Amino acid sequence: MTSTQITSQVRIGDGRVGQSALRPDGTLKVTGEFAYSSDLWHDDMVWGVTLRSPHPHARIVSIDTTAASAVPGVSAVLTADDVPGVNAVGLEHLDTPALATGVVRYEGEPVALVAADHPETARRAAKRIVVDYEVLPALTDPRRALDADAPLVHADGNLVRSMQIRRGDPAPTAPVVVALDFEVGMQDQAFLGPESGLAVPAEDGGVDLFVATQWLHVDQTQICRVLGLPPEKVRLTLAGVGGAFGGREALSVHVHACLLALRTGRPVKMSYARDESFHGHVHRHPAWLRYEFGAQPDGTLVYGKADILFDGGAYASSTAAVVGNGGTLGLGPYAIPNVRVDARGVYTNNPPCGAMRGFGCVQAAFAHEALMDALADRVGVDRVEIRGLNGMRLGDSNITGQVIDSAAPVRELIETVRDMPLPAERSGAADIRELPGGVSNTTHGEGVVRGIGYAVTYKNVGFSEGFDDYSTARVRLEMTAGEPVATVHTAAAEVGQGLITVEQQICRTELGVERVVVHPKDTTVGSGGSTSASRQTYVTGGAVKAACEAVRASVLARVDVPECRLEGDKIVSAHGEVVASLAEVLGSGAVEETVEWRHRPTREIDPETGQGDAHVQYAFSAHRAVVDVDVELGLVKVVALDTAQDVGKAINPDAVIGQIQGGSAQGMGLALMEEIVVTDGHVRNPSFTDYLIPTILDMPPMRIAVLEYADPHAPYGVRGVGEPPTISSGPAVAAAIRAATGRALRRVPVRPEHITGT
Amino acid sequence: MDFLAPTTWAAALAAKAEHPDAVAVAGGTDVMVEINFDRRRPPALLDLTRVPELREWAPEAGRIRLGAGVTYARVIDELGATLPGLAMAARTVGSPQIRNRGTVGGNLGAASPAGDSHPALLAADADVEVASVRGTRRIPVAEFFTGVKRNALAPDELIAAVWITPPAGPQQFCKIGTRNAMVIAVSAFGLALHPARRAVGTGIGSAAPTPRRATAAAGFLAGELEAAGLWESRGELPDALAVEFGARVRDAAAPIDDVRGTAAYRLHTLSVMARRVAGWAWTEYRSAA
Ligand SMILES: Cc1cc2nc3c(=O)[nH]c(=O)nc-3n(C[C@H](O)[C@H](O)[C@H](O)COP(=O)(O)OP(=O)(O)OC[C@H]3O[C@@H](n4cnc5c(N)ncnc54)[C@H](O)[C@@H]3O)c2cc1C
Repeated sequence: MTSTQITSQVRIGDGRVGQSALRPDGTLKVTGEFAYSSDLWHDDMVWGVTLRSPHPHARIVSIDTTAASAVPGVSAVLTADDVPGVNAVGLEHLDTPALATGVVRYEGEPVALVAADHPETARRAAKRIVVDYEVLPALTDPRRALDADAPLVHADGNLVRSMQIRRGDPAPTAPVVVALDFEVGMQDQAFLGPESGLAVPAEDGGVDLFVATQWLHVDQTQICRVLGLPPEKVRLTLAGVGGAFGGREALSVHVHACLLALRTGRPVKMSYARDESFHGHVHRHPAWLRYEFGAQPDGTLVYGKADILFDGGAYASSTAAVVGNGGTLGLGPYAIPNVRVDARGVYTNNPPCGAMRGFGCVQAAFAHEALMDALADRVGVDRVEIRGLNGMRLGDSNITGQVIDSAAPVRELIETVRDMPLPAERSGAADIRELPGGVSNTTHGEGVVRGIGYAVTYKNVGFSEGFDDYSTARVRLEMTAGEPVATVHTAAAEVGQGLITVEQQICRTELGVERVVVHPKDTTVGSGGSTSASRQTYVTGGAVKAACEAVRASVLARVDVPECRLEGDKIVSAHGEVVASLAEVLGSGAVEETVEWRHRPTREIDPETGQGDAHVQYAFSAHRAVVDVDVELGLVKVVALDTAQDVGKAINPDAVIGQIQGGSAQGMGLALMEEIVVTDGHVRNPSFTDYLIPTILDMPPMRIAVLEYADPHAPYGVRGVGEPPTISSGPAVAAAIRAATGRALRRVPVRPEHITGT
Repeated sequence: MDFLAPTTWAAALAAKAEHPDAVAVAGGTDVMVEINFDRRRPPALLDLTRVPELREWAPEAGRIRLGAGVTYARVIDELGATLPGLAMAARTVGSPQIRNRGTVGGNLGAASPAGDSHPALLAADADVEVASVRGTRRIPVAEFFTGVKRNALAPDELIAAVWITPPAGPQQFCKIGTRNAMVIAVSAFGLALHPARRAVGTGIGSAAPTPRRATAAAGFLAGELEAAGLWESRGELPDALAVEFGARVRDAAAPIDDVRGTAAYRLHTLSVMARRVAGWAWTEYRSAA
């Protein structure tokens, strides 16, 4: 059995908060030795596979598993009838069957499971399951979802959530009005490590699940319900995660592997191939957006209106939260006195959509930033200046009436990217790798036009709208082989973002130790909350800090000198005198404290007006994109993608840069190429052959300005980092392409034929 | 599944004769993908990577005989100056990993309409040398592609080599993809000028059921150059001629709409690419005087 226990003493500086401590998993990942969930192994294991629906909407008339069960090597074939508990999972609504019952609502919905001694045998047996489907009319256009004659995806209607924000004058007018429609395609998280896990049946009738995921405890609750087992019998341990980006918030193999393990009495491994992965997790919501700004002739916003429709697909997943963000944050980081926003998320028979980095804001940002450019052009104000003019400032209210009570440096961010040096103009015979098309040799400069685009956006950090958002940390301090060692235990998922490094840095800072052991992430400690919403450094970081403080207080309570601190293996007074050695104070015992830590509460918004303090913190970022577009062929080369972001406090500066680079690439990907193409409910490109993500030849080097305006309410002043770059980079790229081409380009990803008009 | 691993060319041909349904594996960059996706379960695999003859290339009778198992990386490194059109095409294939394993023989074996070597081979008038225990024959590359992912090989035949004449004139290759590397062609175009013969070679990729030539367009361009005495004078290529050539190349294609691009876009790009490469090739021809 493999799980990833990581200890490390490698660090830069002394590895404390504010330094670029090396990640303990870094070398293993670079050398290919890191154990990802797809490497999980047990000598006795069998392999599980999923049979999925080929139809976007159909009634299951019957399922015959006889032939599949008869295949030599097959140890179990399961359908909905074999679910011992409640056959329903879901993050917000329990609307998703673990295995389809009676009806399938999207192409790719799990219908049956097979376990066999070889994955190939299991796959072949799955093909011998005979499912008799009666195909039903499918609702595949979300714009029709609320029509009276639309097919019902769920019995209680096709609306998942609708939200309205009303502020100021209900019928505002303005001398200048700009209004435009936009469309955002369906992006995928495209994490490289496919969904995988290993479920091991236990003697107590329970199961131990090792799985790549984002929130162990919410998985546990969902699995327990389906298995009909109490939490103490369903134990989860985080396996090596190869990227997440929201795509692992909803369940994939989790319940299925456990069902098979409990049925067969054998450890069961499941690991999706790439095509199954594209059907096996939720995607980013496609969106249709209608926006209107009213302004004074100088460009000052008088009102903002938006009507946003998100396609949630067949099951709700995080749709309600996406609507919440799209609604409350949908007009961008601007001070707008009069507001009317309507956001809705609907069910369709398209693939389910859920969490993905920056959700709700990513879609809205394409609209409000393009509209801001349109307004700037209309009133004849510079595009950067109009953002500075309307940008929120500390103390402003946002559109839900919440006062922004820490830094809101919109003007500084956008001016910072504007003032960065521009890339050199192309001159003479350029290296074709620097031109649109690269070595595909489509231009030697012909048709190439440069464009520059700007965007500034903001995003809530942490869970919102009254959610009890907390994390738990257990920290122990003891002497091992004459050296003080701290052990930090949280259930907060490390998905590649660097949380384990941050946990170590906080322990070193608070406890003065060098060696910090990160306990495997599991459910033997309380919930760490979700690794999403840019929240872990803030919330689990806060929990670890608080647990360290508790440990420190209880150690220092043992010496009778006030205002001491821990430094290495010593207890040192405020005057720097050694008061005692840690060895003396601790002896062979350990001091351990467990703390549940919460950020300031948020509130539900008023259902009529949408007013309320919905969010705990806001994070702001700006991008400037410079593109060269071959306007005849519609090919784009992003020449520069520069950014400025306020991170409050960079706990680990290198990791912050890494998040900003990766997030910017992902946002650029949505602007240029990343789209799950769905036709009549069928995914047409479930592979990396045709779902394109940027390569190193698509991604320019970046200039990054990291601002550190501490949020006085957050531990160390941190502000969530992971999502903002994904939100502002895409709109900047789209704006740059518009600037180069003069085309309207109201839809992303921008395809070459949108540029050429062919 | 049987795994046949001959170490000589004769043994490979014997194995193929004995197991005509065995699927040859060179770099495996097409075959292994299909096997991993369970799209193909051949009764036997015939591994050709241990056959040294296939990995060789050499000048022979004024041409280059390029073994079927020579990888793209080697075409780029070792033949970049000798076979520029093919090397330019090779440079656009996949990623470094794919270019290290993938071969020109494998590209021909797969015979995909999107195979990147094909337009370059068509433009250069290459011949494909195929062999079996019955003997050897050479197939002009334009006759090699018989349908979507189908080629002229008999069940007992293997591809031995490709014959290409080192060009006496400029060659160009370009390909449209929606990102700047590692992308399957949305459309592609290869061009070769054959000044000695006063001829133009063309190849279209990803815009018809098979790779194909733009024969009429090539004849038109060669003829117009001749009529205007431009082959001798090496005067400037008239813009209108390049544009018209582009339009005729476009007319030679028969693309479809698919998830990678629309038929209309493919046609449009062919006209642009053909016009541009004609200009580049002509400029090179003029400056070579
Ligand atoms: C990630 C990725 C990216 C790719 N990108 C590109 C690209 O940009 N452009 C492109 O054109 N292709 C691309 N391909 C496809 C593939 O790499 C090429 O077609 C390559 O030329 C195949 O060569 P190979 O040696 O790997 O062939 P193999 O996979 O070994 O064989 C391919 C076919 O040819 C047959 N074959 C091989 N050798 C012989 C022989 N001597 N005689 C008879 N039949 C033979 C095989 O039986 C099989 O049918 C890509 C593939 C991958 C996986």
